[in-house]
Amino acid sequence: MTTEQIYSQLTQVFRNVFDDDTITLQPTTTAADIPEWDSLSHTNLIATTESVFKIKFRTAELESLRNVGHFVEVISSKAA
Amino acid sequence: MNLSWLPSRENWDAELSAARKLPADTAVPLLLSLADCALDFVQTARLDKALSSFKADVRPRLNRTRPVKLALIGSSTLAHLPPGIRVACARRGIWIDIFEGHYGSYHQELADPSSDLYAFKPDIVLIALDAHHVAAAEQHQPGRTVETLAACWQLVRENLGATVIQQTVLPVFPPLLGSNEHQHPNSRHSLISQVNRDIRAASAAENVALLSVDMFAHMEGLNTWFSRELWHRFKQEIHPSVSHFYGEHVARIIASIRGLSYKCLVLDLDNTLWGGVIGDDGLDGIHLGQGHAVGEAFVSFQKYVKALGERGIILAVCSKNDLANAQSPFEQHTEMILRTGDIACFVANWEDKASNLRKIAGTLNIGLDSIVFADDNPFERNLVRRELPMVAVPELPEEPALYESMLAAAGYFEAISITGEDQERNRLYRENAQRERVREASTDMSSYLKSLDMKLLWSTFDASSLARVTQLINRSNQFNLTTRRYTYDEVKAMLSDPAVITLQLRLTDAFGDNGLIGVVVGRMTDHQVLEIDTWLMSCRVLGRQVEEATLNLLVEQASTHGATSLTGFYFPTAKNGMVKLHYQRLGFDLVSPADAPDSIWHLSLTDYVPRPTYAIPVEVEAKRGAAGEANDHGADLQSAYTGIS
Repeated sequence: MTTEQIYSQLTQVFRNVFDDDTITLQPTTTAADIPEWDSLSHTNLIATTESVFKIKFRTAELESLRNVGHFVEVISSKAA
Repeated sequence: MNLSWLPSRENWDAELSAARKLPADTAVPLLLSLADCALDFVQTARLDKALSSFKADVRPRLNRTRPVKLALIGSSTLAHLPPGIRVACARRGIWIDIFEGHYGSYHQELADPSSDLYAFKPDIVLIALDAHHVAAAEQHQPGRTVETLAACWQLVRENLGATVIQQTVLPVFPPLLGSNEHQHPNSRHSLISQVNRDIRAASAAENVALLSVDMFAHMEGLNTWFSRELWHRFKQEIHPSVSHFYGEHVARIIASIRGLSYKCLVLDLDNTLWGGVIGDDGLDGIHLGQGHAVGEAFVSFQKYVKALGERGIILAVCSKNDLANAQSPFEQHTEMILRTGDIACFVANWEDKASNLRKIAGTLNIGLDSIVFADDNPFERNLVRRELPMVAVPELPEEPALYESMLAAAGYFEAISITGEDQERNRLYRENAQRERVREASTDMSSYLKSLDMKLLWSTFDASSLARVTQLINRSNQFNLTTRRYTYDEVKAMLSDPAVITLQLRLTDAFGDNGLIGVVVGRMTDHQVLEIDTWLMSCRVLGRQVEEATLNLLVEQASTHGATSLTGFYFPTAKNGMVKLHYQRLGFDLVSPADAPDSIWHLSLTDYVPRPTYAIPVEVEAKRGAAGEANDHGADLQSAYTGIS
């Protein structure tokens, strides 16, 4: 799966989870850029991402996430 | 995971986005229809948000019962659960306000009348304890959890006047031994199993409704309901990706508490109850029963349906078939589990199914919104969904072996308890449907009534009937002249009050026993007048001259108490318009001003002529004995009661 494909699918995940069709993702995007991104919606984001990409994150990976670019790298390392 | 028994909509996300831009009067119906789809948890959360943005217009449409105020209290994070509960309630036409307790302080909040919980005034309190909290308490002191819960239940009932829903404990701990874990009763796994057994026993004794998350985990796998990582990170015990299922289960219990569970299962025949088409394949050609895997699947489904019938769900048939063809397997096929006697209303013809469902609802005298329609044919399902959106139409999988699990997963018939009456219900509705058919066939009403061979069995209230009579007094709304409610103790006091005349009435006829169908309470005044304090009856026996027979009995009783006249009252409510002219029809004179909302009626007994009726009164001896021995399940005068409506 290419990085572009991941960004495209992940953008849809973000739009659904944060219920905002205007979201566009940049590698530098963080929770500070998306008002709805709080601890509660974060668990929804992780659960949805795991189900869409058919992957499972490790706790340590989630603890160290810095931004969307980093998130995509982690997904990319797991997704077929 | 999505709500697989609901139909999926291809453009659901786009429809949601579009609906939000519409004006409220078109947006709200569309949003509510989007709730009736196979949602996932993210869609559920989005829909919840959209509905809340139209709150003022959504709320009045969710009016199948008065708004629910639910307090959600517990020992860990519950903040992710309300959207699923709200959407599932919206799906049932219920408006709900949810209070979220402060993390972990359920007991303090319940004990503190100045807490936000008390200020919220909930009518239902859902108590959710997580397994880690419970295991710690049990390791400290075995049995402590149920003791604490019993105290909480009491606080909820007595201080808040609310109903309890108690969540069981999710079995999150892996075993230490394995299959023989029970040999190690102090392991956390064993402790949780024991607590769940204890909660079940205590809740049954106290009539508390359970939310059995341990059962969901057993059926769908613990890892579907619980993620240890999420527990460590956020103290979320219920996995967010099943929060919409959790909400469904909560809403089912709430609907059941409010009397909104579905009552009747209407079944298609060909490829729903057997494989093949009876009209083409014939009795020998349809797939049903031993020696054929598909045939066995249909037998298994029929057994599930039959068991639903035995526990109180009314069963009906709606099939596009010639009637004789449709009925032949029920009468002649040796492998059929369902028989003619199991079906309360059997409709097979070539009319459209929406019209036939209306006919079935009319014959059984139930609302279309209490009907579930099961049909393998997507065309018929969609037609009924479009024409009759209040009828529940589950998706049926293409594999008949999965019909029963799909129907169970849909949870339409959720019930929080089971009574003897539930098990009698199918028979009562079947008999009523037979009466309806005879009435349709008979043009002359009086010869029809005569042919019914009605007996009105009556007695005064007695010890064994107190519970049932009290239940009727507090439930019946439509045929109820004064809608006065009395507690058990107040009804009991009537037994020993010499100035009070009581009547309880049961009707039997050629088709069977209608159960307890009427309650009358009269009070003697000092002036030889009997005031009719309470007169209520079952709508099921309307138009059968039972009112006339009851009046004859009442006059007889009043006369023996020395009354020379009767006074009747009609107090109008939102629901009892049907009896506005009850006393006029029985020959009483209006003595209150014609424009007064409450009316008062008078009947002199000096020249009373018994009213003609085919309902023949038969006195039954009232049971003596301590009222405290009243029993809800006795095979006595009340045993066949099914609810006055």
